[in-house]
Amino acid sequence: MTSRDSILAAVRQNQPAPLAPVPAIPSFARDTEPLLEQFKSVLLSMGGKLAPPVDRGDLDGLVHSLFPDATVICSATLEVRGTRMLDGSTDPTALADVDVAVVRAAFGVAETGSVWLSEEELKVNALAYLAQHLIVLLDPSCIVGNLHQAYRDFRFNTARYAVLVTGPSATADIEGVLVHGAQGVRSLTVAMVAP
Amino acid sequence: MKPIDHAEASSHFIEAKAHLEFHDRRLWDLRVKRDRQAHGIPEWEELRDLASAIKEHTLSRLADYLEQFEAQAKKNGAHVHWARDAGEHNQIVYDILSAHGAKTLVKSKSMLTEECNMRQFLQTRSITVIETDLGERIQQLDDEPPSHIVVPAVHKLRSDVSEVFARTIGSEPGNNDAHYLAEAMRRNTRPYFLDAQAGMTGANFAVAETGSFVVCTNEGNADLSANVPKLHIACIGIEKIIPKIEHLAVFIRMLSRSALGSPITQYTSHFRAPRPGTELHIVLVDNGRSQRLGMKDFWHSLKCIRCGACMNTCPVYRRSGGLSYGATYSGPIGIIIDPTFDIRKYSNLPYASTLNGSCTNVCPVKINIHEQIYKWRQVMAERNQLPLVKREAIRIIGKVMSEPHLYRAAISATGLAIERLPRFAVYNWLNPWGRQREMPEPPKQSFRTWYLENRNGR
Repeated sequence: MTSRDSILAAVRQNQPAPLAPVPAIPSFARDTEPLLEQFKSVLLSMGGKLAPPVDRGDLDGLVHSLFPDATVICSATLEVRGTRMLDGSTDPTALADVDVAVVRAAFGVAETGSVWLSEEELKVNALAYLAQHLIVLLDPSCIVGNLHQAYRDFRFNTARYAVLVTGPSATADIEGVLVHGAQGVRSLTVAMVAP
Repeated sequence: MKPIDHAEASSHFIEAKAHLEFHDRRLWDLRVKRDRQAHGIPEWEELRDLASAIKEHTLSRLADYLEQFEAQAKKNGAHVHWARDAGEHNQIVYDILSAHGAKTLVKSKSMLTEECNMRQFLQTRSITVIETDLGERIQQLDDEPPSHIVVPAVHKLRSDVSEVFARTIGSEPGNNDAHYLAEAMRRNTRPYFLDAQAGMTGANFAVAETGSFVVCTNEGNADLSANVPKLHIACIGIEKIIPKIEHLAVFIRMLSRSALGSPITQYTSHFRAPRPGTELHIVLVDNGRSQRLGMKDFWHSLKCIRCGACMNTCPVYRRSGGLSYGATYSGPIGIIIDPTFDIRKYSNLPYASTLNGSCTNVCPVKINIHEQIYKWRQVMAERNQLPLVKREAIRIIGKVMSEPHLYRAAISATGLAIERLPRFAVYNWLNPWGRQREMPEPPKQSFRTWYLENRNGR
């Protein structure tokens, strides 16, 4: 018998008698707090930053004003030119020297201050991790209330890779001291701007 | 194999005063933050009920869901492997690495690979394994297992980390600044991410309907491990399955809130299919889980989502440290899982508990942890796994309690003994309770004699 078959046989033999199906999961949606305000405050509490209000015609200007010393700016959205072109065939290791990465999120989640990204938005998944800093463009009208609502998005079923990013890379593994930039980006800035 | 002596190991932990004080305070702080988050969600208790129901339902049809997961994962282009035990798991991983000529593996934290002792297996076969979670890396470099399932190096002070890093990665000796130490590790690890031929992750959840799995980290190290090398191996315990994507919301809402008191981990990553031009291998591991599923009193422990809330709240865990349990899993959840791996080795662990029930109350999937701990004590007694002193004491107490005249004689004798006997006769190795405490003041009169004097016949 293969390992697969012997594991499945053992599980079948030992699993408890079938229990009732899972009830439908409610959405727990509520509209007490404006979504945008909730998103912003949770994002800040998770160590994220908010870009000052910006005109969508001047996003390159925003990047330069936020990171005046950056030499390599790599953008996965056509809205920002940056200094380096990126396409899906770029080898991830070629992104090791990126100072600032710019991506547009598909949507945000107010409950957790998260932004949703997939290979579609990132072009190269590693971009959001190998860069030193990450700027995320988010349409303020594309924010859902909580994770129940977020997980109803069909793209979870189709994306090869999908990630809810909430603030920058963080660790508190040394005596509980919060440090940003553990392995991934040192900072994450969200710019509220419609495409 | 001698049973692990948790009390003896704890006594060494307790001796290090500064460590003990920090450990207790840090973990209690996580518990307080957890409470704040839980109280901020009106439907928290409803979520716990749902999470428990989803897990119990899934475990009752686990074989079907495993088959569904496998079929979907294959359809997505992933390779699926099955491992009966730790040895088979390690061999499968090694074979995949060999087939790809991989010599360096960057990995995120996985309690399953700890359980399988995979690192040692691969390293003796000339594979360089780099843990990339900071806490786990600290433990790897110090040649110690993790002491906590979420914060692996929580028993260390920053001076300990500084010493380990100075010795192993050449950081500045005596520099105890946490930011400096974390930066030193970032710089040390980055080249491995870029050069490794393979990356490994565990999984917090695996979704049957999509064949995808979810990894939660705060450092983004799982995303680097999975998204930079051309080979991604994911090791997943068979109990991690849940039926649908919509069920993820219930668990993700509670996981980091229960673990660290944050609304979500910085990165909640969903892997469904390999990147174009790369390979994704999924290893589904049993290693005792199918057997545990058949244990009437203990199968509920398979609902665990490894948040560590039960450890943070446990007074015994906070004051004894994870390493004193001598097992992969420590704290209350460890007490109920470890004996399923080796009943003799872990026969003393069920006594590392006050049975206060706090673990059960904070568990996001409503595992009856303290009741299972009590059950394990019964099992140990039935299987003659008790140490001689405990066994004899329980036998004598049982005899005395079942015969009223013996009980009455014993009660008055005990009062006299505590009052009259010299200290060495009361505080000795037969009375571990008295090791750190004074015996209570005996009452002047037992309730029975008082009752006979005052209420007799009325």
